[in-house]
Amino acid sequence: MYGSRSRFLTVMLAIGLAFFYIPMILLIIYSFNYSKLVPVWGGWSLRWYEVLFKSEEVWSAVALSLQIAFVNATFATLLGTLAGLAMVRFGRFRGRTLFGGMLVAPLVMPEVITGLSLLVLFITLKQLIGWPAERGFTTITIAHITFSLAYVAVIVQARLTGMGQTLEEAALDLGAKPFKVLTAITLPRLAPGMISGWLLAFTLSLDDLVIASFVTGPGANTLPILIFSRIRLGLRPDINALATIIILFVAVCVAIAALIMFYQQKRQELDQQIANQGGA
Amino acid sequence: MAGDPTASDEPWLDTDAEPMVRIRGVSKNFGDVTAVNNIDLDIHKGELFCLLGGSGCGKTTLLRMLAGFETPTSGTILIDGVDMSTVPPYERPTNMMFQSYALFPHMTVEKNIAFGLKQDKLPRSEIEHKVHEILKLVELQDYKKRKPQQLSGGQRQRVALARALVKEPKLLLLDEPLGALDKKLREQTQFELANIQEQVGITFVVVTHDQEEAMTLSSRIAVMDAGKLAQIGTPTEIYEFPESRFVADFIGSANILEGTVTEDSPDHVRVDTNLGEIYIDHGQSVKQDSRVWIAIRPEKIKLSKTAPRTGRSTANQAEGKVDDIGYLGNTSIYKIRLDDGLIVDVTAPNQVRPKSRSHQITWEDTVYLTWDPSSAMLLKT
Repeated sequence: MYGSRSRFLTVMLAIGLAFFYIPMILLIIYSFNYSKLVPVWGGWSLRWYEVLFKSEEVWSAVALSLQIAFVNATFATLLGTLAGLAMVRFGRFRGRTLFGGMLVAPLVMPEVITGLSLLVLFITLKQLIGWPAERGFTTITIAHITFSLAYVAVIVQARLTGMGQTLEEAALDLGAKPFKVLTAITLPRLAPGMISGWLLAFTLSLDDLVIASFVTGPGANTLPILIFSRIRLGLRPDINALATIIILFVAVCVAIAALIMFYQQKRQELDQQIANQGGA
Repeated sequence: MAGDPTASDEPWLDTDAEPMVRIRGVSKNFGDVTAVNNIDLDIHKGELFCLLGGSGCGKTTLLRMLAGFETPTSGTILIDGVDMSTVPPYERPTNMMFQSYALFPHMTVEKNIAFGLKQDKLPRSEIEHKVHEILKLVELQDYKKRKPQQLSGGQRQRVALARALVKEPKLLLLDEPLGALDKKLREQTQFELANIQEQVGITFVVVTHDQEEAMTLSSRIAVMDAGKLAQIGTPTEIYEFPESRFVADFIGSANILEGTVTEDSPDHVRVDTNLGEIYIDHGQSVKQDSRVWIAIRPEKIKLSKTAPRTGRSTANQAEGKVDDIGYLGNTSIYKIRLDDGLIVDVTAPNQVRPKSRSHQITWEDTVYLTWDPSSAMLLKT
């Protein structure tokens, strides 16, 4: 049944893929358009890439976005891991259910609400204690950490639950004190979860427009804010060029991830072979 | 590390000796569920002690309380005379071999085994020496640089054993140590495990649900049922002299019959059952006319196509028809249906390869059952 490919399924697959990728392909093609008007084809050119690379504004937005993403991912991973550990490893402490609910709330909260409430918080704080003096890098980073850590906590929780507690018990049994167990067993085992959490937090932050727009201040434009504000003035070919570069970057990242997964699977198969050949 | 040659083979008979483990009135509740119910147990130095029972009988919980992963709801546990109530797992003189082996996947065999020694801050040369010695004991010298996932099931099992043994604990706890191995390997490993225990002389406490494993391995067995101890004894005692229907039925198989005591003398007992009169040639001190149960092991019953010579009494014999036969290769199980519908299991070794069918016992044959006066076991509960 699976061998004979039905014509219907093939057509549906083609339509589905086309739906996903034709917009991106169009975008890439138009980024090489000489014409200043996006919908009018004026021949191939790298003109807009040149414009893009000369733009101060774009480069400072890229730098700001990357800085925010990096700091956000690091703090979110740290806090999210601690929260995940508390949820899975600390037994049934008082208020655990409430804590668990509050931990995942940012995942379901509409971004507009998160953004608005954080803005209100920052304004109130400024009035009360004079900090943060102006909104920008710090406020966007704090806002991003609040929702990214929820994602990290969920990933870490899942990984911890899947790991079970036997290895930690074995380490305790062999004389390792609880802190040693954490550093020698739990964290190394948790590392893949923490790395995926970090990467997810990094991308979430790079991607975020809504929350960042709420809590940003004058002059602090992240890349999504910049792109969006420019698009509002009409389609611009240099933004197409920027988007093409981002697509290329993401494609390379995905390819690297796929390669790593491929080699991991190879290694597992190899381990299995070694185990089988070793005899009993 | 060799066993003390002066130590008795039956240390539990020495009532003055301080036991290695003293469990007194230990219970463990999980919410409303009582996993372990008021257990008293002594385990002596050098024993290979088995906790045997079905799933959910509390054996693993008891083991985890010895290791320190669970704290008793009530009662005390003393290991080598020291109260363990406030001692965390990492300070106990115990080590555990986990059912899943719990090998650290990010460490090589060598590092796995050295892990426990490193926690004791031993000098590097001593650690290396001990790891080398223990790898020799479990015959894994050539595998020390491998990761656990590059080992077969049997090898992993030996690494887990080595990792727990290398710390020379006073008490080694083994949770279903052979549970994850296939049958052939399990039988072979049973003997290896018992040999290693003799060599190192460490007290072993083994949890298992496999009665065959318990019988082969242990010096003594504690049979557990629903959180309580059903019986403690040597494998022979448990098998030949079970104290309850539960033990008789759980260890091996048994035909269990209800009956009434018709005669109780110091040297024999007579019981009236569905299987006729049963004569037991040893005193049991039961009340006349009381309800009791009789258990007879299937292999203790002799099966014959010719009627037994009737002597003075007709006790310990019965007649029936072959209802079913299960051929197991080395033995066969015969289901014998008596006139009143009662089915009795009999096992007989297949000592000769059957050539002609006429000598064989086959379906619907009339057969005679007889058993020795010492064979039937009288159970009060």
